[in-house]
Amino acid sequence: MIQTKTLTVQIGAAQALRDISLSVSPGQRLGIVGESGSGKSMLGLALMGMLPQEAALLGQITIQGRDMTGANDAAWRALRARQIAMIFQEPMAALNPLRRVGDTVMDPLRQHLGLSQEQALNRAIALFDETGIQDPQAKIAAYPHSLSGGQRQRVLIALALACNPKLLIADEPTTALDAHVARRITDLLVRLSRNRGMALMFISHDLAAVARTVDDLAVMYGGEIVEAGPVAALLSTPRHPYTQGLLAARPPLEPGHLRRRLPVIPGTVPGLADLPPGCRFAGRCPVELPICATTRPPKTQLKNSHTAACHRLTTGTP
Amino acid sequence: MKQPAPIHLRLGLALVGMVTFVALLALVWTPYDVTLLEISAKFRPPSPENWLGTDQLGRDVLSLLMAGSVNSLAVAFASVGIGGSIGTALGLLASAKGGWVETTLMRLTDLGFAFPALLFAILLAAAFGPSLSNAIFAIAFINIPIFVRVARSAANQIWTRDFLRAGQAAGQTKWRLTLDHILPNIAAVLIVQATIEFAVAILAEAALSYLGLGAQPPLASWGRMLSQAQTLMYLAPQLAIYPGLCIIITVLGFGLLGDGLRDMTDPRLRQNRRPQSRRRQARP
Repeated sequence: MIQTKTLTVQIGAAQALRDISLSVSPGQRLGIVGESGSGKSMLGLALMGMLPQEAALLGQITIQGRDMTGANDAAWRALRARQIAMIFQEPMAALNPLRRVGDTVMDPLRQHLGLSQEQALNRAIALFDETGIQDPQAKIAAYPHSLSGGQRQRVLIALALACNPKLLIADEPTTALDAHVARRITDLLVRLSRNRGMALMFISHDLAAVARTVDDLAVMYGGEIVEAGPVAALLSTPRHPYTQGLLAARPPLEPGHLRRRLPVIPGTVPGLADLPPGCRFAGRCPVELPICATTRPPKTQLKNSHTAACHRLTTGTP
Repeated sequence: MKQPAPIHLRLGLALVGMVTFVALLALVWTPYDVTLLEISAKFRPPSPENWLGTDQLGRDVLSLLMAGSVNSLAVAFASVGIGGSIGTALGLLASAKGGWVETTLMRLTDLGFAFPALLFAILLAAAFGPSLSNAIFAIAFINIPIFVRVARSAANQIWTRDFLRAGQAAGQTKWRLTLDHILPNIAAVLIVQATIEFAVAILAEAALSYLGLGAQPPLASWGRMLSQAQTLMYLAPQLAIYPGLCIIITVLGFGLLGDGLRDMTDPRLRQNRRPQSRRRQARP
C-alpha cells in the first residue's frame, strides 16, 4: 500500500535520507532500527508529508496507488489519520496539556468522519476501550497531567486509530516508557495490527522490542537502509557489518557475561553534513575494504527478501 | 527584582478592583449629575455635600472623577480589545503560515512600531476631527504591532511542541490547530500583555484628552479635567491633583497586576519565589 523509490530528503547540503526504497503491504509489520541520527524518524515524517519546510523531497512516494511526490499540504492532510497515522516518542509532550484527552481524540472523528458530538463520544469511549484504557468513560474527561505515561501513549494510539488508518507509524513509542509498560504497549500494537489488518511501521532503536513486534526489519544507518529482510533471517544471519555490530552490542542476560565488556561499534554516527562519499559506514566498519571509502555498495539480493548493501557481499569475501 | 511577587500582584488587584468598582458604580449612580452646571457654587472646598468640593463650573469633583473612570476604562477596554484581537489574529496567522507571509507581517509590525502613537492620533484628529472614537482607534492601532509580536513569538514556541505534530498527524488543518491548541496555550501571555497595555492605554487616553483629541464635552475625562485645571493651577491646584492621582492609581494598579500575572506565568520567576514564600511562613 506504501512504496518509496529512491526516496531522498535533502536539508540544505545534508542528505537526511538517501535512496530509500521500501514497501509496506496491508497488514504487514515492518520494523525500522538504527542509531539516533540514522534518519529513521525522518523517514516516518516523510511518509506523513510532515517534513520540515526547508527539507526537499526527491524520489517517489506512492500511497494506495497515488503518487504523493510533490503533493501539496491539502493532499497530504487527506491521507493523514484516514490512511496513515502516527504516534510519537514522548507521550508526555504529545498531548495538549490544556485539553481533555477525550476532546483531542474526538477532533478527527468529528472533522474527518463528520460524527455528531454524541457519536464521537461513543466512538472515543470504544477506542479507549480497544486500546486498553481502564474506565474509559471517566478517562475521556481527564486532562493529560492526571494520566500515566502508559495511559497517555494509549490515548495517543486511540487518537491515531480514530479514523481507521491502513498504516500506523509508531516512532519510538516505547522509548519514554519503562520496560514493563513498554512491553504492554508493543503487545497492544501487535494485537491492534492483527485485529484490524492494519500495517504497522515500528521505528525503534530497541532491537528486543522490535524483534517481538514485527515480521520484517530494515536497518538504517546514515540515512540509508543498509540491510532489510524477515526478522528471523536478519537476527540469525545478519550480513551487513553494521547489523552484526548492532546485534553484538546487545547486553546478554546470562550472569557470567555481565563481567565481560560489551562489544561496541567504534566511533559515532557521522553528522549528516560530512557523510563519507562511499559506504556511509566506512571509517567505523571492522571489515572495511579499500573500495568502501570511495564507492557506494550496491544492494545485494540474498535469500528470500533479505537484502544488504555491502561490498563484502559482492566481492565474495563476507 | 527580588520583591515577592504576591504582594504586587495583590496590590495591583486591589487597585484595579477599586477603580473597576467605582466605574461600575458610576454607571448607575454618581452623587451629582456631572452635566449640571451651577456657577454660583464654583470652587467650593470639600464639604459633607461635595466630598471633594466643586470645580470652576460648580460641578461636583467626586462625580466628575467617577464618571471619568468610566471613560478611562471604557476607552482602554475598547482600544486594547480591538488592537489586541487584530494583533493576535495577525500574529497567529504569521506563525501558522511562516514564509513570506510571516516576513511581510513582521516587517509591517516593525513599521507600526516606528510610528509615534500620539502623532498618529493627531493625524486622525486632523483628518476626521477630534473625537473619542478616533482616540480609541489610534490607541488600538498602536496595540496591533505589540500583540502581533507577542502572539507570533509565543505561538512559534508552541508550534514546536509534540502535541502539534500529533494534531497534524491526525489530519488537522493549521487553522484548527491554531484555534484548538495554539490559542489556549498562549492565552496566559496575551492576558498579561493586555493588562500591561491597559495601563498604557489609560495613560494615552488621558494624554489625548488633555490635548483635546479625546473625550469631548460634556463627557467627563481625567485628561480633560487636567487640561482645564491647568489654567487654574494657582487658584485651585486640587482640581489638577485629583485627576492626576486617579490616573496614577489606575495606571499603577494595572501595571502591578500585569507584572504580577507575568511573574506568575513565568516559571523562572516562579521558582525564585518559592523559597521566599516559605521564609515568610517561617517567620511568625
